Amino acid sequence: MTDAPFKPRDLSWHPPAFYQGYRSTHLRAPQQPLLQIPQTVTELTGPVFGQGDLGPLDDDLITNYAATGQTAQGSRIIVHGTLRDEDGRPVPGKLIEVWQANAGGRYRHVNDGYLAPLDDNFGGCGRCLTDTEGRYSFRTILPGPYPWPNGGNDWRPAHIHFSVFGDGFAQRLITQMYFEGDPHIALCPIVQSIPSDDAIDRLVARLDMKRTKPMDIRAYRFDIVLRGRDATVFENQLEGT
Amino acid sequence: MTLKESPSQTAGPYVHIGCAPQTAGLEQRRMGKQLGGLMVPEGTDALTLAITVLDGEDAPVKDALIEIWQAGPDGNYTPTPAFQNWGRQGSDLSTGVALFKTLKPGRNGEHAPHILAWIVARGINLGLTTRLYFPDEDNGGDPVLGLAGARAETLIATKTDTGYAHTIRLQGANETVFFDV
Ligand SMILES: [Fe+2]
Repeated sequence: MTDAPFKPRDLSWHPPAFYQGYRSTHLRAPQQPLLQIPQTVTELTGPVFGQGDLGPLDDDLITNYAATGQTAQGSRIIVHGTLRDEDGRPVPGKLIEVWQANAGGRYRHVNDGYLAPLDDNFGGCGRCLTDTEGRYSFRTILPGPYPWPNGGNDWRPAHIHFSVFGDGFAQRLITQMYFEGDPHIALCPIVQSIPSDDAIDRLVARLDMKRTKPMDIRAYRFDIVLRGRDATVFENQLEGT
Repeated sequence: MTLKESPSQTAGPYVHIGCAPQTAGLEQRRMGKQLGGLMVPEGTDALTLAITVLDGEDAPVKDALIEIWQAGPDGNYTPTPAFQNWGRQGSDLSTGVALFKTLKPGRNGEHAPHILAWIVARGINLGLTTRLYFPDEDNGGDPVLGLAGARAETLIATKTDTGYAHTIRLQGANETVFFDV
């Protein structure tokens, strides 16, 4: 099953390498078209992670950088969802890594000098594994919007960065999660570099009152999809096994 | 059920917080170990692979994150106590060089020994996949180098005293070959 190739990536669905409104792409976007090559064992395989790779607080950004008895400042949220492939199959046992700014929009990073203060109790880094049904969950605080140098009055919508592993390196994905109702989504060139509103909508998490815990913490739902398998090859291989 | 892949977004300039926390300066975090930093046990006689990413003005990209994925010396993609096939490093924030300690991959069928490299950074909207081959191996007959044709040279690393160095050019006359795979 791991040997069935992945479906071709629909490059017109993803943001183009060069996007006029996102200045950093101008000198970093390749100018030649990508070269199509057949998938080999190199792209069909990838690293495998287990619980032993993680620490007990890795999925709790509210406490994983906090002093004992303290918690991060900000609006407490659970972010959860299911990791599936394009065929709708859950993808279990995969590493999801997240990073984000604090409630004031400041990153704990040597290169971030934004004037909003750091929070002594917030690092902004978390990770978890998807369970047997592809589900993941972590606790954090609502990140703040922040300004960034792009030639104008540019502010990022509140967002959480996601790094996701699949079965094969061809599925490797980095993306960002946004929050429903944020007016900055329509104004942000990084978001708007995604060609269709339909595609942008896949990155917008929804408030989830079912998972929200009364008097404790709100929940947002964010489902993630990785490349699926090529159906014809997949079925042929099944027949052969 | 048919779904569409989640659209990609840039890793941004602060990717290290999530993927290489030591580079971001997050030493005090109460989290598990940094992943991908060690491909061989400490003390192993490994080669140094120095990867530099250059932008369209030949300036080093100093905020990139690079992952490599390769066969072990035995040609297999199965990790052993002596070798992890996956490595991850940030470009040095001041020099732009990403340093990996690794072992040379073995040959796998018709494919010459190679390392997959995946690059994400601010200004890169979809992670870039390329390969790196070795100047001191027989690369003739490798099907991927064959497809790259005249641009195959951009995929060959150079030998150094301690291992290999490789420059990935995002733009320009010698732009590196990136794959849709
Ligand atoms: Fe960000």
